[in-house]
Amino acid sequence: MNNQTSTAPLNYLNHQTGLWSWLSSSDHKRIGLLYFYCIVTFFLSAAVLGLLMKIEKVAPGQTIMTAQTYNAMFTLHGIIMIFIVVIPGLAAVFGNLMLPIMIGAKDVAFPKLNLFSFYLFFGGACLALYSQFANGHAPDTGWTFYVPYSAEASSNVVLALTAAFTLGFASILTGLNFIVTIHTMRAPGMTWFRMPLFPWSLYATAWIQLLATPVVGITLLMVIAERTLHVGFFDPKLGGDPVLYQHLFWIYSHPAVYVMILPAMGVVTEIFPTFSQKPVFGYVPIALSSLAIALVGYFVWGHHMFTSGMSYESRWFFSLLTFLVAIPSAIKVFNWLSTMYGGSVDLQPPLLYAISFIFLFTIGGFTGLTLGAVATDIQVHNTDFVVAHFHYIIFGGMGFGFFAAIHYWFPKIYGRLYHIRWANIGWGILFTGFNLLYFPMFIMGIQGMPRRYYDYDPKFQLGQTISTIGAVILFIGLITMISNLIYHAKKGALAPANPWHGVTLEWQIPSPPPHENFDEIPVITKGPYVFDNPYTK
Amino acid sequence: MDNHDSHITSYALNFKVLLVLLILTLTSILVIKFHLGAFTVAMALLLASIKCTIVLTYFMHLKFESLILRLMVGGIFLLFAIIIVITFIDYYFR
Repeated sequence: MNNQTSTAPLNYLNHQTGLWSWLSSSDHKRIGLLYFYCIVTFFLSAAVLGLLMKIEKVAPGQTIMTAQTYNAMFTLHGIIMIFIVVIPGLAAVFGNLMLPIMIGAKDVAFPKLNLFSFYLFFGGACLALYSQFANGHAPDTGWTFYVPYSAEASSNVVLALTAAFTLGFASILTGLNFIVTIHTMRAPGMTWFRMPLFPWSLYATAWIQLLATPVVGITLLMVIAERTLHVGFFDPKLGGDPVLYQHLFWIYSHPAVYVMILPAMGVVTEIFPTFSQKPVFGYVPIALSSLAIALVGYFVWGHHMFTSGMSYESRWFFSLLTFLVAIPSAIKVFNWLSTMYGGSVDLQPPLLYAISFIFLFTIGGFTGLTLGAVATDIQVHNTDFVVAHFHYIIFGGMGFGFFAAIHYWFPKIYGRLYHIRWANIGWGILFTGFNLLYFPMFIMGIQGMPRRYYDYDPKFQLGQTISTIGAVILFIGLITMISNLIYHAKKGALAPANPWHGVTLEWQIPSPPPHENFDEIPVITKGPYVFDNPYTK
Repeated sequence: MDNHDSHITSYALNFKVLLVLLILTLTSILVIKFHLGAFTVAMALLLASIKCTIVLTYFMHLKFESLILRLMVGGIFLLFAIIIVITFIDYYFR
């Protein structure tokens, strides 16, 4: 099976060939790429659904689909984007691709479990898709599966719940694998505070995956039990409590936001020092703020329920805690900016995406405070304001973090360089389209445009039309970016081992990396961000 | 990697632990007869937590593990205890 080509040295991409060598590989890098291809495919599918929904709303009344189709579409869009794309996205793709290399290991602690996690993920994703088409009754509950509707709806809710449960299991196993890997497989000399900050963010993320995901898994099983066995957990008709469902659902699903965003924060934390050629500012605060976000993030779930009939005392309690999350988030932002300050800033595509991340995430963060305050939340709850807020956080944060990551590590992953100018053009279109699409939704939300409505009052038409134009521009930006990457993954110029002059371990090995990453496990004698150039002296 | 000594617990100890677990299970069934009202769930959770701690300590050998591992497991239980308490605060005040 070992086929070394005449032009390329032996590496993880070519040391074995054939489809089976990929499907059965326990190499963390190949598994990372399997996740990558799956997730990008699902992302594009769900993005098309998003575009269609926006086209439907270009004018009041029915445009291209019925209300029921619209309901099914936002449900499918949400399930794919949340459970298949953004929750596993960065951790599963770039965690698998880069974590072992960055800590000086040859693989993760449990390589076969890693492959099993991927197949669980793939099975769950297929089941989620199947639930949309089986028996012609696509689930229309939204991705949150709120009871009592999800306990009574005649659509394929049980299939969708089972899919979410399976995807959650994959996430738990990946989290477990990463925690054990980081604890036991760091290279000799790599103390906790000599570990790069992307692994730190993955470590914090993995704890959330491990501890919070079982809660939603059990909750979804309880809904299945309610539907099939008529056990009264949540449905008031059976003696249950619907607010309990919301508690249990958000105990997981709010920390899940940090599963999405923490690895993105880790990615940009790698990018800023590299493209400023300067050590990261405030290494320890950034590392500990990841843990602080993970910890505080466990206790703020109630801010999703301010209007759900929760007690007054709980509302102010959760509101207070929500504001506390802003502190470790702000620590990161100030440290990123300070890292660039005085550095030799090189505006390459990864840095453009990383700076965009700060801009968009900050808008999402500030509007999150609007939603975290009880009084203002009641005004804008269930409006387009909320949709705009979480797209700024999740797409602007995790999405742009993902794009930053692929532009940063692309030369390492494929051993090829992409076209810088086209990458910059793609970024410009994407950034413009993003803001045109989502910013008007803040204004419409404040004016009272409800979320999840396929029709609207004519007074919202200007905002809706601008938003639709933004969606089209955003989609063009995506196509531009992805075409550039796909084409140059095969046809790009050969990449050197260290095209960006990075200092972490992945840049010290060939591009693409060899099958087992290192011929000899490196011995670490210094911190991860020591630059030997004039700017550090 | 830790290469700590392996610990083999005696049959006698394992049997005692099993006996305690069975007694606690019986207690969790019998306690229903006392009509504790709002405290029924709290009592059930308390008994389940004690059983869980015993299983972790002896059957899963946590007693013989390093301090850091014990702290991690303890931290997880503390986290879930806080989450449950916060959820029930809402019920209490609603």
